[in-house]
Amino acid sequence: MTALSPVQWWDLLAHFLMLSLLAVGGAVTVVPDMHRYLVGQTGLLNDAQFNAAIAIAQASPGPNVLFVAVMGWQAAGWLGALATLLGIMLPSATLALAASRWGQARAEWRAMRAFRAGMAPVTIGLLAATGWILVGDAPSWRLALLTAASALLVWRTRLHLLWLIAAGAVLGTTGLV
Amino acid sequence: MSAPAVPTEQAQPASCTELFLTFTGLALQGFGGVLAVAQRVLVERKRWLTHEQFVEVLALAQVLPGPNVCNISLMVGDRYFGLRGAFAALAGMMAVPLALVLAATALYQHYAELPAVAGALRGMGAVAAGLIIGTALTLGRSIATSPLGRVAWLAAAAATFALIGLVRLPLVWVLPALGLVACTWAWHRVGARL
Repeated sequence: MTALSPVQWWDLLAHFLMLSLLAVGGAVTVVPDMHRYLVGQTGLLNDAQFNAAIAIAQASPGPNVLFVAVMGWQAAGWLGALATLLGIMLPSATLALAASRWGQARAEWRAMRAFRAGMAPVTIGLLAATGWILVGDAPSWRLALLTAASALLVWRTRLHLLWLIAAGAVLGTTGLV
Repeated sequence: MSAPAVPTEQAQPASCTELFLTFTGLALQGFGGVLAVAQRVLVERKRWLTHEQFVEVLALAQVLPGPNVCNISLMVGDRYFGLRGAFAALAGMMAVPLALVLAATALYQHYAELPAVAGALRGMGAVAAGLIIGTALTLGRSIATSPLGRVAWLAAAAATFALIGLVRLPLVWVLPALGLVACTWAWHRVGARL
């Protein structure tokens, strides 16, 4: 953990404020630039810390964007977590609220109905692709089977999702997958 | 197409506290991503949104910058209680998980090397991928009510999946390009139905 000068604090906050507006598809999409900034340019984190932040946030419950807070915390403690999280959230949240209200007020416009109808299959295709990418490039056939079984159970049954996650953890711990 | 905003079988949150607690609850169930749980809780359990409304909110959340599930919580909270609701829902989504993830960071330094921990994370990761794919299949039922028609709907979904998932083109190109084609077709179709 480093003691930051006021200029460095501002730079950290400003950088994440800027990344927020570029993060179409979620904070994960700007990970390469975060790496360039935090590890390469400023040296606030090393590679192991950077990768651990992403791994920890993915294994913890809650939105994946929290990896940004872990990076801030590793770099500069509580205030660092506050700076990075506030930075990554504030611009996109403001924009989301404004866009949502604008759209709701014009819900019956032909353009808005076209947007809703046209984006639905694109949205769902993107979701399926996200899951596909999470499977990874070369999973073992057992892992792939576990993924396929989970997808089928979510789709066809109302089984509580925590059971599925727990089953994955048990199968992984015992070395079955 | 002017469906009432709140059909009879639909419920809504009673207070900002309920929003906060609901989003905290669903965030805490979301290992490896909250979207699958959000769909289950908001659409199937709480019935605050229909399948179609969930897809609409998700569509907007995806084209805008920012984490999708955070954008969803903001928009859903805002629908019911304005700015207060938006903050309550987002705070619910983030506050307790933030505390947990920072605690996990402290623990991780000690236990990351254990094979059992690595194995559990691997298994949970495989399930998390399945949850997302299963959610996409569940939401796919909106094809039945789409003004696009089945063939165009399937073509748009398949093209998005292929370009992002298989070809791995950047989202910033695929989303505007395919979105524009799909929305233009939809513009034509919803106009034809008037």
